[in-house]
Amino acid sequence: MTDFALTTFSSKGKLLQIEYALNAVAKGDTAIGIKAKNGVVLVVEKKQSSILIEESSVQKIALLTDNVAATYAGLGPDFRVLSQQARKLVKKYDLKYQEEIFVQTLSRELAEDVQIATQRGGIRPFGVSILIAGYDEEGPHLVQLDPSGAYYSWKATAIGKQAKNAKAFLEKRYNADMEIEDAINTALLTLKEGFEGQITPTNIEVGVIRDDHVFRILPASQVKDYLEELE
Amino acid sequence: MSGIFEYNGGSIVGMKGKNCIAMACDRRFGQQMSTITTNYQKVFKIQDNILLALSGLNSDIHTFYALMEKEINLYNLKENRKMKPTTFANLVASSLYERRFGPFFVTPIVAGLENGKPILATYDSIGCKSDLDDFQVGGTGGNYIYGACEAFFKPDMSPEELEEVIGQSLVSGCDRDSLSGWGGVVYVLTEQKLTVKILKTKQT
Repeated sequence: MTDFALTTFSSKGKLLQIEYALNAVAKGDTAIGIKAKNGVVLVVEKKQSSILIEESSVQKIALLTDNVAATYAGLGPDFRVLSQQARKLVKKYDLKYQEEIFVQTLSRELAEDVQIATQRGGIRPFGVSILIAGYDEEGPHLVQLDPSGAYYSWKATAIGKQAKNAKAFLEKRYNADMEIEDAINTALLTLKEGFEGQITPTNIEVGVIRDDHVFRILPASQVKDYLEELE
Repeated sequence: MSGIFEYNGGSIVGMKGKNCIAMACDRRFGQQMSTITTNYQKVFKIQDNILLALSGLNSDIHTFYALMEKEINLYNLKENRKMKPTTFANLVASSLYERRFGPFFVTPIVAGLENGKPILATYDSIGCKSDLDDFQVGGTGGNYIYGACEAFFKPDMSPEELEEVIGQSLVSGCDRDSLSGWGGVVYVLTEQKLTVKILKTKQT
């Protein structure tokens, strides 16, 4: 651990390390989130570099608590560390208040940890943008958390390689009256648009939360049904 | 210090009614056999729909109340919403346990209205929470107040009946206990308002 900051301002007022972190995110596999009236869906590319990899061992959507989950674009290990920190934050809150944490609260507290990495001596910023999806007392939420520590609430968004095209696609397709089933289909269509090669139930991951406040990562068989419906 | 919980004296009582709750406390602040003041506050309005009553060592009554005020204020600012009475009740328990090996010498009672439903919880000094259906007492005059409560309490009383019952129970309890008394204060909380009434006890 060193005493001096690695992330310092350039003369133009930029924090280049954060810009570079965002570049790492832009190279990452695409992740899409859509918030419907009665739920939220997360869809993420899970392209493996080799057919020899055990696909089932790779989990890109992490459950943070019963009613909140997250996915990412960027460096996998950084996401692993942050999702573990987020789980601890949830439990700490739970021990203190014995109440279901609000998505906004969790996002804000996790964002604090992400920001610290841009201002503390000897450590680099996290190389991930995270999409947090959850359903709390206030309703469905979709929040994007960037390497700078900034977080934004979205109706629908995409991060990673195809972010720009996907968001343009979503802008046309999204409407506020969407129900969760429509949102799932739209999310899959959006991912399919920019997908390199054939989209299959095992090279993507789909997670859904409905108004029962329970986040579920869909098994490959259910994903297969949704993909077939798209045809 | 023999009986640190008895050093300052004082009694509190909390009761559930129909869509209302009541809290009452005495007003004495003493140091063993001396009475220092007769207007010490032991019931605090934490939020429009939450009351916190504390008995025990007065220094800790004040400090613990200040700590809870700080927590709820920060919560309101951070979360941008009010705290639910059940959440506050849990916060009191976890805050007391945080000091497990150097505890606050207080026995709190929390009462509130959550969506119109009465909430009542009591704790020992290290945060063992009990949710109650009827009433609970605390402090040096507690056992005397118990007797009066058991005799007069019935479930689902109206705010007026509740005020009468809790007031009489407090007064008869404090009149027996030498370390409690010198006046009583009764708080009755309904969805619409909080009423505060000052009662006379035996002036000794």
